[in-house]
Amino acid sequence: MMEPINAFVVLSNFVLIPALAYGSQIALGALGITLIFGILRFAHFAHGDIMAFGTGIVILTTWGLQAQGIGFGPLPTALLALPVGIAVTILYLLAVDRTVYRFYRRVKAKPMIFVMAALGVMFVTNGITRLIMGPGERRFDDGERFIITVRDFREWTGLAEGLALRSSQVLTIVVALLAMVLLFWFLNRTRAGKSMRAYSDNEDLALLSGINPERVVVITWAITGTLVVLAGTLYGLDKSYRPFTYFQLLLPFFAAAIVGGLGNPMGAIVGGYVVAFAEMGITYAWRRVVSYLMPEGMEPTGLMQILPVDYKFAVTFGILVIVLIFRPTGIFRGRTL
Amino acid sequence: MTGYLRNVALFSLMGLALALTGMFQSWVLALTILNMSLISAMMALGVNMQWGYAGIFNVGIMGFTAFGGLAAVLIAMPPVPEAWAAGGVGAILGLMLGAGTIFAAILVWNRLPPGKLRVVALIATLVVGYMITRFVFAPATAAIVRVNPATEGYLGGLGLPVILSWPVGAIMAAGLAWVVGKIALGLRSDYLAIATLGISEIVIAVLKFEAWLTRGVNNVVGIPRAVPRPVTLQQYEWVQGLSQRLGLGLSETARLVELTGYAIMFAIVLGALIWLSEKALNSPWGRMMRAIRDNETAARAMGKDVTRRHLMVFILGSGVCGLAGAMMVTLDGQLTPGSYEPLRFTFLIWVMVIVGGSGNNWGAVLGAFIIWFLWVQAEPAGRWMMDTLTSGLSADSPIRQHLMAQAAHTRLIMMGLALLLMLRFAPRGLIPER
Repeated sequence: MMEPINAFVVLSNFVLIPALAYGSQIALGALGITLIFGILRFAHFAHGDIMAFGTGIVILTTWGLQAQGIGFGPLPTALLALPVGIAVTILYLLAVDRTVYRFYRRVKAKPMIFVMAALGVMFVTNGITRLIMGPGERRFDDGERFIITVRDFREWTGLAEGLALRSSQVLTIVVALLAMVLLFWFLNRTRAGKSMRAYSDNEDLALLSGINPERVVVITWAITGTLVVLAGTLYGLDKSYRPFTYFQLLLPFFAAAIVGGLGNPMGAIVGGYVVAFAEMGITYAWRRVVSYLMPEGMEPTGLMQILPVDYKFAVTFGILVIVLIFRPTGIFRGRTL
Repeated sequence: MTGYLRNVALFSLMGLALALTGMFQSWVLALTILNMSLISAMMALGVNMQWGYAGIFNVGIMGFTAFGGLAAVLIAMPPVPEAWAAGGVGAILGLMLGAGTIFAAILVWNRLPPGKLRVVALIATLVVGYMITRFVFAPATAAIVRVNPATEGYLGGLGLPVILSWPVGAIMAAGLAWVVGKIALGLRSDYLAIATLGISEIVIAVLKFEAWLTRGVNNVVGIPRAVPRPVTLQQYEWVQGLSQRLGLGLSETARLVELTGYAIMFAIVLGALIWLSEKALNSPWGRMMRAIRDNETAARAMGKDVTRRHLMVFILGSGVCGLAGAMMVTLDGQLTPGSYEPLRFTFLIWVMVIVGGSGNNWGAVLGAFIIWFLWVQAEPAGRWMMDTLTSGLSADSPIRQHLMAQAAHTRLIMMGLALLLMLRFAPRGLIPER
């Protein structure tokens, strides 16, 4: 009767845990997209590049700390560098808002003009990031690599299959959960958060009741900056850092935000996990899992892989299209915070 | 007429910049810039049709360009008979089965009454169709890839003249646009943007990983040329005579003749495209498109079928991008799926259109020339700027060395600034819409 347990262990090792970590990273990014859409009302195309920029600052700070011999025990040093990265990114976003977006808010430009401006910001940010970090891959993870290794797991449980639990995965899930809880607490319990929700819900009514729109915008950028640097740093620790990969994450971010319903934070989180689980599940070779579950002699011969890993964008895109066709407003209808 | 004179002056300045490049850097460089500018101008025209005429926000230009470029391989490369024997039938049959599956699924969805049964039938059709397709397709493509993997490993093309690939590339891209448009047009503009961005990434993924069709990341090189190679040109007597009269080396002359040949061909196609676009823009059709762009509801009230018109202009614009893509692969003589990057092939084209003036064909063309010129020249300029900025540091300082190595990326910053400044201070572009 060990077969189903072995199947579940394989599944956890290769799909469930990685997808949970990846989904948390996407959810953090998609939350930023959805907040900007809810408050500033445009599709923030520079999101991936802002993430690359902020993570680049974190990496530089991490290297600086490592050079000083400062570490964080078993945890990655990057966690110590996070506040620096977040602060610089928020300052950068606010500077961009002052110089670029505020003008278009004043003249009440169409959303598409904002998107064009975001494309300009995307170019500039991308250039700055590549100038500082170079286009290549950068690694900055240190500390304990594993919480449970495959060998330990096998020895403890006596199962044929092993389960590895990487510390970056646990860290991702814990940090993401914390950030989400804090965000919802902020949006629902604090005055500033409530004013944000009011502004997103009905701009004119919010203005009438004395909410300062510029302040709401500043808070939005600050939250977005924090979330996106968290997402980028966790992704970099879990996988690796490369500016172009970060740019490409734009697609799953947007897919998650749209799948959940643009402007809805809960939707962005759910959307993030939907996208991650679909991507992992559809591009995973199921042979080992299935062969444990099938009776003796009926093991599958093929890989049981629905799509090659190279087509993970196609999966994201497929979900996006299905949602757009059958439920254009997303899983959670409406566009309020 | 002052506007007209201004436009002529702008184009003359552009010509002067190219001439100066030729005199002070090299004529080969000037002609290389010119050729790519001509191709970029076509892409910009395509984007201008979609955005300038109809207000469709397409950020999947890269996908249509690359898909059009595939035509150059499919038309011009010689066929690989061993690969066809190994799995040609299976691959084609598999593709047809896949298309049939999707067709059947659409049929099921449209014919059956709404309800649970319809959903179950749809999923069953897709799953069964997928399994049959996979059963035929996978072994066939695996067999194809195994044929001479070092040099071939793909089906090859039809072995026809490469020029034929230009219209074919346009038609292929237009066909892709039809599928995309059917799904995604009618969505809100920012959703359409995401959808097109996704499509372009998928097209690149297909080109990269369907090795049986494109050799994938191994690239298809040595695509037959439209103009004889410099090596061949060198043997012609008139080229040798030209070399003596110009006082240039024989190999450089041959290269110049080759590039000029391409430039003339591209200029003819671009001229025809501009002429057609101008005709279309100033026809009742063009006025209708602008009416739809400016006020969709009013146009709908006048009885215009907005969705169909949008689909039409989306197909036309993407077709032009596909044409440009096929021409680019012809010019390069190779298809390198790994070299397609959205910043370069999608967003840079957008910068061209915005800087030049959206809604105006001449503006899009001028924007393409200026931005491509800057894009190429920004590399030495960026290096020079970095050199000056870091001149206070010693030559072996790691910061200086790093910045010098990455100096080429300053061009991205320059392009972004160009876009932001134009958008802010001259949102109608260098040559505004009339």
